[in-house]
Order: sequence, then structure tokens, then C-alpha cells
Amino acid sequence: MFKWFGKVNFSPFTKVSDFAGYLKDGHLMGSKCKKCGTTSFPPRADCESCMSGDFEFFEVTGKATLHTFTKIVAAPTGFEDEVPYIVGVVDLDEGGRALAWFGETVKEEEIAIGMELQMVPRIFEELEEIKVYYSLEKPGTTWSKV
Amino acid sequence: MSRVGIIGIGHGVFGRRSDATVQELAFEAFKLAMEDAGIAREDLDASVIGSVPEYHKQRSLPGVVQEYLGLNPAPTWLTEVACSSGSAAIRTAWMSIKAGVHDIVAVIGCQKMTELSTPEILALMGRVGEVQWESVFGTTFPAYYALFAQRHMYEFGTTREQLLEVAIKNHYYGARNQCALFQKEITMEKAKASDEVSTPLQVYDCCANADGAACVILASEEKAKEISQKTVWLDGMGCATASMSVLRRPNLTGLPSAEAASAEAYRMAGVSAQDIKVAEVHDCFTIAEIMAYEDLGFCKKGEGGKFISDRQAYIGGKVPVNVDGGLKAKGHPIGATGVSMTVEIAKQLRGEAGERQVPDADVGLTHNVGGIGQYCFVQVLRRD
Repeated sequence: MFKWFGKVNFSPFTKVSDFAGYLKDGHLMGSKCKKCGTTSFPPRADCESCMSGDFEFFEVTGKATLHTFTKIVAAPTGFEDEVPYIVGVVDLDEGGRALAWFGETVKEEEIAIGMELQMVPRIFEELEEIKVYYSLEKPGTTWSKV
Repeated sequence: MSRVGIIGIGHGVFGRRSDATVQELAFEAFKLAMEDAGIAREDLDASVIGSVPEYHKQRSLPGVVQEYLGLNPAPTWLTEVACSSGSAAIRTAWMSIKAGVHDIVAVIGCQKMTELSTPEILALMGRVGEVQWESVFGTTFPAYYALFAQRHMYEFGTTREQLLEVAIKNHYYGARNQCALFQKEITMEKAKASDEVSTPLQVYDCCANADGAACVILASEEKAKEISQKTVWLDGMGCATASMSVLRRPNLTGLPSAEAASAEAYRMAGVSAQDIKVAEVHDCFTIAEIMAYEDLGFCKKGEGGKFISDRQAYIGGKVPVNVDGGLKAKGHPIGATGVSMTVEIAKQLRGEAGERQVPDADVGLTHNVGGIGQYCFVQVLRRD
């Protein structure tokens, strides 16, 4: 079901495929190695520390701090309708990083490196097929099932 | 330890080359390098091709290049590590000579980027990063470097003007290079008025796709001494990698692969950053050149902006950088770029760079980056 992740998806098959299913139900999941406990976001099936392939998902809060950002004006194929769009790279409170779009709760002029943000699971409501992603929102913004 | 030397160099004209196929471009540079070396094709043991295959209609490029250059049945192979494919080709040729397998090897960096249609290029542009977690948000090449620029400006106070001063310098020297795509100077006013690409980067912060080829002939120490009076030695060969994903980098203000590769190259050559008299660095975007000053140790971390503002990267400054125009003005035929850098430094060390000549250049450096620092190759070159 990883084909659900992203408006344009390039890698539908992965060992962490369940990530997209959790996301559809409003849960942001990282991976945790069952052998040594190393955690990762984005999730990965094979532990980068001990190389074990035995992992489980754990839920992250999505609380984050903005590390850097850019407004993309020249878009690649599949994103023509979205331009301009702003992508941010955030440091997650529980460790790891994510790259995502800013959502409607954050105004462009408010965006500043170091600001606190909340990463929130999202569904593309305008698309017929299931397409999920996450966006960067004001702290306190919650996911609500439509 | 025996050395490996450059005994021949050749450089074609970079630009929109609708007049030539990729093998014809390769031929131009190869012919110049062979004439420069003064050897015959029979003297070559092998060739190595640096190129990025997805831009060409012709699949398996080495086959067609080897045939067109008339080098069959000598062995050939391709090296690919994105924009640093050319330096990777030089490295594998160097390795084959160091290993004693070959004595004389031709390295040809060649790329035809204008064969693809705009839609094909836009599709490729969406897959330059890590595709599972990043490309799904529509990231692009300029966007990645923009993320670095934004963070560099935040942490160190680097200014918008300092970024564009890099482009102004490189166009200044590009105007003096007959192989460059853009042989004209630009002004701050014009640069600032250019279209936005990915904030804070504008069109004049970005290098341009181009077609072109460059070639170097490498030889073992013994053969080089026998054949050439003007050998330039590959004395330091550093190479390192960093994570594909920006989400797994220690910081977004520099390239850890460039730091590691330069440390290795300096150590191998027995020199330090202070000994470098002229450098070619990978200025695919203006911020990339500023980070290179820092990663290579030309200035302290965070002072790259000041380095360009103080004109330390011009001839007469601390380390003249990209005095052939760099990727910015010369154009960036990705597979050819690394080889083009080595050709330029060899020219400088031989004292043949004309009005762009850096006085008393005896030690030079190339810094060729693949992607956003996933790969980095640093060479220290020396003239005896």
C-alpha cells in the first residue's frame, strides 16, 4: 500500500509499506529495531546500527522544529498544479528528520527557521484514488478523519 | 610510490551543440588530447568514459565512443556517479595504472544533455533526490541547494549578494574562455532581476545544462617521463560519499563528503589548503561554491560569503577559484565536467591559460561533486 504515499509515487513496493496505511488512519510511524532498539524516521526495515531486519513501527508525536525551507517555483513533472509550493525540512522532537509541504495553518510570511511545527497526516481530498502525505502545521493542529 | 601523470589534455566547446552527436563531441576532445600528448592510438591500453546514461538516446555509450574514436579492440568501460562521473572516470583510470594493469589510459568525459525534450527533462528533474521520502514532495535540484543556502544564511549571515557575487566572478572569467557556454559578464543588477527558481536561488544562481566533452591522457610515471616534458602529476586523489537523503546529513551547511575527500587528497599529496594556488570547484549553484571554500579549508566554516566579498577567489586573491568560468559560465555537461576541471588545472600548472593564467601556479586542486554531495572527488595536481 506504499503506492498511497505521495501525489506522485516512485517506489510503491517497500518493506515499510505499512507506513502509508498507518498514515491514512492518522498515525505517523517511525521504525524501531527489535534487536538493539535503534529508532529511525523516516522508517527503515533494516537497522542501520546492528543490521537486523527485525523491526516494529512506533508512533511519533510529529512535534518538530523547522531546520530549513524553500519555495519551489520551477516544478518537476506531476507537480505543475501545485506551484509555487514551500517545502520544509524539520527536526523531529523524537529524532530523525522529515521533508514536507507547509499546510494552510502556516502563512508564508510567518515561516522562519527555528519555528516550532506540528507534522500532520493528510489525504488528498481532491483526488479520487487514495493519496496520503503529511504537512507542516501550527503546533496544536490535529488530524481529523474526514 | 610511483606516480600517475597527465600527458595530454583536450577540451571541446561547451554549449548547445545541435551540430554533433555525443561520440562526435568525444572525438573533438580526444583528438586534441592525443595531439597534445603526441602519441598514437595504438599506444593506448584502454579508455574510460565518464557520462550519465539517462540523458542519451544511445544506450551503453562506451561502445559507440570506442568505435568512433577507432580504439577497438582496446578495453573501455563507463563510470557513473551523477555530476562527478568525469572525476570517477579519472579515478578508475588512475587506479588501473597504479595497479599496474595499464600504462596509458584515455579518460573521456562526454555528455549530450539537449537530446531530451523539456517534458523528459522535467520528469528527470523530479527524481534527483531520494525518491521514497523526498521526491514525493516535488523536490528539485535547485530546491536542495536552496535548502542549504537558506540554512547557511541563517547560521552564518551569508547574504543574497554574496551568493550572486560568485556568479558575477564566474561570468567574468567565462567571458575569457573560448570553450565556455556564456562568454559574457553579468552585473549584480541583472542577476537580482532574474526569475526565481527556488528561494532564495534565482536563475543566475544556477548553472546551465550543456553538451560537451573533455579528455585527459594518463600515464604511469615511467611512460610519462619517456613521452612528455610537461607532465602534471595526480598526487592526491580523495574520494568520499555522504547520505543520499538530506534527512540523514549531520548538517545542511556543507558537504561532509567534500571535507573527507579533500582531507584524503591533501594527506596523499603531502600538502595543505594553504598550498593550493588555483582551484576548480563544483559551482552547480552559487551556494555550492561558497560551501566549497569552507569544506576545502580555503577559509573557516561560515566565512565563505566573506571570502567571495573580499575577492579572495579572484586571481590575486588567496585561492583563485573557477578562473575558467566554472560550471556557471562554462556550462555543465555533467559527465564532462570533472574532466574539464582537470584539463583546466593542468593548463594552469603548465602555464598555458593565457589571460586567465594564475601566476606561479605549481599546485592545483579540483573538487567535483555528484548530486548534492552524495559523491565527492578531490584531486591535488602538481607540476615539478
